[in-house]
Amino acid sequence: MSNWNWQLDGWIVLTGIFCSVAAALLGNFLVLRRMSMLGDAITHAVLPGLAVAFFVSESRSSLPMFLGAAIVGVLTALFTEWIRRFGRVDEGASMGVVFTSLFALGLVMIVQAADHVDLDPGCVLFGAIEFTPLDTTTIAGIEVPRAVVVLGSVVVINALFVVVFFKELKLSCFDPALATTTGFNASAMHYLLMVLVAVTAVASFESVGNILVVAMFIVPPAAAYMLTDRLGHMIAISVVLAVLSAVLGHVAALEVPGWFGYRSTTTAGMMAVVSGVLLLACALFGPRHGIVTRFVRRRMLALKILADDVVALLYRLQEREDSASADSRTLQSTLLTDSLSMRIVLRWLQRKRQIEVQENEVKLTNAGEDAARQLVRSHRLWEQYLSSHASIDAARLHDKAESFEHFTDRVLRKELDQATGTPTIDPHGKPIPLERSEES
Amino acid sequence: MRLAGWTQFVAAVVLLGVAPVSAFAQQSHNGQDHEIRSDRSIAGRSAQWPAWEDLERVVTLRDYNVRIVVFGTTLLGCAAGMVGSFTLLRKRALMGDALSHATLPGIAVAFIIATYAGSEGKSMLILLAGATISGLLGVGTILAIGRLTRLKEDTALGAVLSVFFGAGAALLGVIQQMQSGHAAGLESFIYGKTASMGMADTQIIAAAAAVCIVGCVAFFKELKLLCFDDGFAGSRGFPVTRLDMGLMALVVVVTIVGLQAVGLILMIALLIIPAAAARFWTERLGRMFLIAGGIGAASGLLGAGTSALFSKLPSGAMIVLVCTSMFCVSMVFGTARGLLVRAQKRIRLNRTVDRQHLLRAMFELLESHSSPRQPQSKHAISLDALLRKRSWSTHRLLREVRRAQADEMVEWVGDRLKLTRRGAIEAARLTRQHRLWELYLIHYADLAPTRVDRDADAIEHVLEPEIVAELESLLERERATVPASPHRLNGGNVTATPTETGGR
Repeated sequence: MSNWNWQLDGWIVLTGIFCSVAAALLGNFLVLRRMSMLGDAITHAVLPGLAVAFFVSESRSSLPMFLGAAIVGVLTALFTEWIRRFGRVDEGASMGVVFTSLFALGLVMIVQAADHVDLDPGCVLFGAIEFTPLDTTTIAGIEVPRAVVVLGSVVVINALFVVVFFKELKLSCFDPALATTTGFNASAMHYLLMVLVAVTAVASFESVGNILVVAMFIVPPAAAYMLTDRLGHMIAISVVLAVLSAVLGHVAALEVPGWFGYRSTTTAGMMAVVSGVLLLACALFGPRHGIVTRFVRRRMLALKILADDVVALLYRLQEREDSASADSRTLQSTLLTDSLSMRIVLRWLQRKRQIEVQENEVKLTNAGEDAARQLVRSHRLWEQYLSSHASIDAARLHDKAESFEHFTDRVLRKELDQATGTPTIDPHGKPIPLERSEES
Repeated sequence: MRLAGWTQFVAAVVLLGVAPVSAFAQQSHNGQDHEIRSDRSIAGRSAQWPAWEDLERVVTLRDYNVRIVVFGTTLLGCAAGMVGSFTLLRKRALMGDALSHATLPGIAVAFIIATYAGSEGKSMLILLAGATISGLLGVGTILAIGRLTRLKEDTALGAVLSVFFGAGAALLGVIQQMQSGHAAGLESFIYGKTASMGMADTQIIAAAAAVCIVGCVAFFKELKLLCFDDGFAGSRGFPVTRLDMGLMALVVVVTIVGLQAVGLILMIALLIIPAAAARFWTERLGRMFLIAGGIGAASGLLGAGTSALFSKLPSGAMIVLVCTSMFCVSMVFGTARGLLVRAQKRIRLNRTVDRQHLLRAMFELLESHSSPRQPQSKHAISLDALLRKRSWSTHRLLREVRRAQADEMVEWVGDRLKLTRRGAIEAARLTRQHRLWELYLIHYADLAPTRVDRDADAIEHVLEPEIVAELESLLERERATVPASPHRLNGGNVTATPTETGGR
């Protein structure tokens, strides 16, 4: 961090944060409405709007640019919708047709004016966030970069939009038909959103480039979506992630190339990369929907069920001949599992003192016998219940009961017991053990 | 509503048409100032109409350079159109978008590696290899996100696109600082450099196009099945995943060679637009495939040609704009799903339905006036009764009456309507169809008599004579008599409500 300079880097990071937050706020709704690619489409399609604005106003002042871009942004959404509806073209394809055509049109127009415009397409794509502190205006006596002012106001507008129309946006995201029937215009919300997307895109890529804004429209909300199921939380998390990616992105842009002996690299690019890394982390380790989390949870459940199966199997063996035991290999082949799982489960059960292992022979302890009895009781009560109340075919009883037994607690067992009239034997003629051994 | 949509559409098209014109106007306005500048600028000639010699030179492809460029873009357009028709039908149109963005980091890394390995950094094959690897990586990531997480495909596309492109931009930032070799050539991957395409580029494009076309033709049947019913393809024992990967590989190949030629964004257009345009002309995949190839080739040819004529029009963009205009023409005039054809079909159907409703309504009203088996065509019916019979507006009813009058189905008697002989026969036939279907529904589909009217109403307009004959034999009805209605007639039923005012 040797070359960190608050005067410069502070402003750069602030610009990045504003851009990311402005985009992420709207991006939540794009992601939820499955229109993620619309952000990308609009950011490309506004090119002719910028060009026309330039031709008309003959300057690069912001207002005409905003107007031109907003108009073309809405036109993009309109054209896409028309081609989809009237031409019956798939949504993605109609979007592709519209934005590539508009981009090509914009390119032609810009090249026409190439001699007296400094609308560099490279600048539009990659942006020049590093140079934002150089272009300043004075507000209340303080010299502030123009981009910060512009993006700051866009953040305020977007935040107001999201807060004021939160209910409407939520409803039109999840159920546009219901939204229309309750009396507000879902398609008006849609086009308002499109206007803001276009405005945000223009405000952003004037200073920070196209990539960053497209990334921020999609990636932080997508990451937030992996973490939560509530819209309010999702928006809040996406804002936090956007800020994080902006700050870490700039730091990474300064630091990472240094490891390989280079000076800093494009900040906007690194911000996008950092947001991607955050998305990856959320997708892997999200508390409910993460890939790794889900895998671990499933594995734990599988092991717990295997442990249940082991004690239940030992109990059934005991039923046949007193003080029966089995070696782990027999258990493994009977329960159709692999040796690693079996070893883990046996160790776990030993720790819980439900079994004891002597000279490779596995035996139930008293505690284990209690646990096993409850399992077997659940199993046989379920079989009885299913055969008497749900008239399930006898051949299929065992499988059903086998899957229910692991999730049956004492209260449910009591209810089953009452519902089946306190039976003593199950449909296969086996005795149903009592809840506690003392009672027998 | 529909009309409003149309006027908006037309207005927007006009607006967009005006935009470039105003750009030209602006330019001519600044004309004099511009003349002076143009001496300095390399591409400074303004868009003036080319001389006859230029035109001839381009059209006859006498110029070696033009010949190479036009040949390359034509082949590219053809291949992209063909591959694109499969991805379009597989609803993966924007996959090309994500993929072409995802190639950037691969290109950058390949450039860095090549530079460190000491070879010329811009060696074409290494860059293409890098682009291919990172493009495939991007596609793999998209498919993995779609399969493993709860994120939808569009989000996966957007996320991969922007993050990969961001990584590429960051790497380019590093490359710009490298002492050996300079990165200027890499820019052409993003913006395209059609005008300066060389023989080597065209050869690569030709090879890739050949691979794509041969691949598509060789696996046509398999890809077709994949596009329309991948579940069925899987159950028939086709390796669906591998086919999918194969299709994606074709997209990667065509995209990556295209990046060089027309640039990143415009390559996406070539993958999507010709296929989407071809879809309007046919309902058969084989023809769509050929038409898409044709449209793509034509856009490549015309676009590159125009760009060669007018030096200020960038060729990549021109190719896409030619493509877009073909799309617009196809969308309006397409013979299978074009707007005009569909509008015509809809109007024709609406008229048929209105006619049949009018005649049946009159028949039923007459029937309730007279003895059930012999409708007396001399009775005339008031418009009021007809209006009550169905929920149609006076305007619509009168319009249909005028049309029926022109066909000599009905005639006015004073201010009342009367069926002609021809109209009576037709009306009897229609009512018979309707009731046969109602009876069929009651007998064979166990529908309650109160519900059959609407069901029959939906289908009676499309009953073929063969089906009517089949219904007759099923229901064992002798020909040419109209069975009595199996339910109480609704609306202004005169039997049920004898007084005129009691209809409602």
